[in-house]
Amino acid sequence: MSAAAELLDRLSTVRGIRGSALVSADDGLTVAESLMAGVDGRAVAALAASLVNRLRRATECAGRREPVFLQLHAAGGTVLAAPCGPELVLVAIAGPDTNVGLARLEMLDVAGRLT
Amino acid sequence: MSDDIRGMTAELAADPDSLVFLDLGEALRRRNQLDAAYKVARTGANRYPELARAHDLCARILCDRGDRDRAFESWVSALELDPTLVSAHKGLGFLYFQAGDLASADKHLAYAGQADPDDMGTAAALERVHALQQAPQPVAAPRPRVVPGPVSESAEPAPVSAAGELPFSFDESRPSPVRDAVFAGLDGGTDGLLLVDSAGLRLGGGLRNPEGMDVADAVAAMLAGVSKEAERTARLLDLGDWRGLAVECGDGNLFLSAPTESTLLLTVRGLDIPMGRVARFAERASMAARTWLERSQ
Repeated sequence: MSAAAELLDRLSTVRGIRGSALVSADDGLTVAESLMAGVDGRAVAALAASLVNRLRRATECAGRREPVFLQLHAAGGTVLAAPCGPELVLVAIAGPDTNVGLARLEMLDVAGRLT
Repeated sequence: MSDDIRGMTAELAADPDSLVFLDLGEALRRRNQLDAAYKVARTGANRYPELARAHDLCARILCDRGDRDRAFESWVSALELDPTLVSAHKGLGFLYFQAGDLASADKHLAYAGQADPDDMGTAAALERVHALQQAPQPVAAPRPRVVPGPVSESAEPAPVSAAGELPFSFDESRPSPVRDAVFAGLDGGTDGLLLVDSAGLRLGGGLRNPEGMDVADAVAAMLAGVSKEAERTARLLDLGDWRGLAVECGDGNLFLSAPTESTLLLTVRGLDIPMGRVARFAERASMAARTWLERSQ
């Protein structure tokens, strides 16, 4: 098992996390993933990468530094993303009962190891 | 052609729906390339007929070209769409002044002055109008062709007694305090809170970058795309409606929410304010925005 896959598996142990993936920021393709059944990895990768890229442009336009963590909160769950340098994005899908604070800390740690 | 204009031209060519035509038209107008500016503005106004700022831009260019009748019509159209548009009030005030209708000029300039009390140009123009209103009226001179429209309330326009320019320009780089009133009473009502519509146009609030430059309109234009992306992501991942988007940057916390279906609110705070508090503050600002939107409908 690759180091990236091991780190993704570690993320999946956080209660409520349905899966995580390491995504190429440029083209939205999956580099590594650890997803529960029923979660479409390709959709997660493409959508998260696109959203992060949009936000990068918006924050740049606002004169702010690069995003380091983002959370899209929706009625049925949450998408969490942490850019790992300019080329990769770590993404996790979480249910509504997830401890987002804990998931955030784990993701930032994993993102730091992958950068 | 400057790099700015070249860049905006390329952006508009790549995306004809882009609102960059507003900046491009204005940049061309300032460079006195009025035919090119008008072409850009007219095409944009045709594409966005409900956008008051597009008509306002057309009016400014027409006014520069000396076509004051059509400028008048365009400014009236702009005010029909957005009665609070300060630049249109200033434009009509200028035209009424030129036509010798000091009462109508007074009315529009007074509105502009009230909306933006720090605008010294408007204050000086209003002062001049008042001075002329109080001065003895000379023999009537021939009036310019500008015909007072439906916004005029003066029955008998005053004669032109001091034809010439009013001491202000139509530059509208300053934010409108009318719009800033959305978040009156909330910390950061004019900076760090930005309300935009679904087309990426600013409705209220303001935003400056860490260097103090006004970036509100540029960020507003970006936000429409972010919102669509957030909505698409939540929907396609079967997460239902999106409710908020929190973004931690290296030097600040941003929170994007949707006070109504057709508006977006961006809250920006420094790293000293934890994201949880930013989210709660954004909730309060959303409520203020909803109230303001309901009142203004």
